[in-house]
Amino acid sequence: MSEVYVITSGKGGVGKTTTTANIGAGLALQDKKVALVDADIGLRNLDVVMGLENRIVFDLVDVIEGNCRLKQALIKDKRYPNLYLLPAAQTKDKNAVTTGQMKKLCEQLREEFDYIILDCPAGIEQGFKNAIAGADKAIVVTTPEVSAVRDADRIIGLLEANELKSPLLVLNRVKMSMVKSQTMMSLEDVTDILAIDVLGVVPDDEAIIIATNKGEPCVSNEKSLAGQAYRDIVRRILGETVPLMDLDHGGFGTWLRKLFGTKNK
Amino acid sequence: MKWLNDLFGRKPAPAQIARDRLKLVLTYDRVNCQPDLLEMLKNDIMKVLLNYMDIDEEELDIQISQTTSELNEIVPVLFANIPIKNMRKQP
Repeated sequence: MSEVYVITSGKGGVGKTTTTANIGAGLALQDKKVALVDADIGLRNLDVVMGLENRIVFDLVDVIEGNCRLKQALIKDKRYPNLYLLPAAQTKDKNAVTTGQMKKLCEQLREEFDYIILDCPAGIEQGFKNAIAGADKAIVVTTPEVSAVRDADRIIGLLEANELKSPLLVLNRVKMSMVKSQTMMSLEDVTDILAIDVLGVVPDDEAIIIATNKGEPCVSNEKSLAGQAYRDIVRRILGETVPLMDLDHGGFGTWLRKLFGTKNK
Repeated sequence: MKWLNDLFGRKPAPAQIARDRLKLVLTYDRVNCQPDLLEMLKNDIMKVLLNYMDIDEEELDIQISQTTSELNEIVPVLFANIPIKNMRKQP
């Protein structure tokens, strides 16, 4: 049984595309057959984050308009056993696609893949409606900021109104040192306010920026904390119970506290 | 925690400020996203009140607004202005 996930957030720049790339690559590393779909028509980015921008021939709109077959537009990521990308069109606008066409596309992909992960555009307009149309499950990405959490709340309401009940939260770019010093909201603060189950917490990590620069998902980086967080998220998607990461391991602060024997509360 | 901060003349922590602002902004958002909610609330309040008094339904005003609490925090509040025409006699 294949599953279609949409990765959404409302606000832009919180890490939807990075989350999509890492969950997709992570699932592929677990021997699942995965299709990543960039639903951000007109502003495609997933290809660049995945490092596949030079291999695009056809795109999502070409498939929908019948200019090519689905298989011709799917780019195989050679670094992973079974990972494919369906890129967005860059020169069309969001109204080039209807919700009905997106549903049909998702159905076609279900025949071939175990997991279909859709990268949703920011906003709540047609692009958002298209991206969620064919999805079974939704993942809401947010950061611990007032504006991002506010938009996440709006998105959760809209998802539920569109029959995507019980979305899951990924809290991205958490800085544990700031949470400790009460200068950043914690996961608990965010989940107190949003009525949503948690899929994962991803620490703010320079390795993500480096990975994005190189065009390779961080999930395969064994040394990266964010990579570990994404591997945990993938295991949870596959049904395992994995405790939330202790974001407090390593670092100078921890080392100091250990040295002086002070305990964290 | 607030009284502690007041005691030592400290300002609330930025995370606390963020939490408070977020709660307030979401209270408004959630009401505004469900325009029916206030209307339903209005009708229910009227039903109860009509057991006790005649009210001026035309002039009835119900909204979510904000006020300053005893702890000097800004909190959301349900504001209702309901002109009474006549009190009903209790049986």
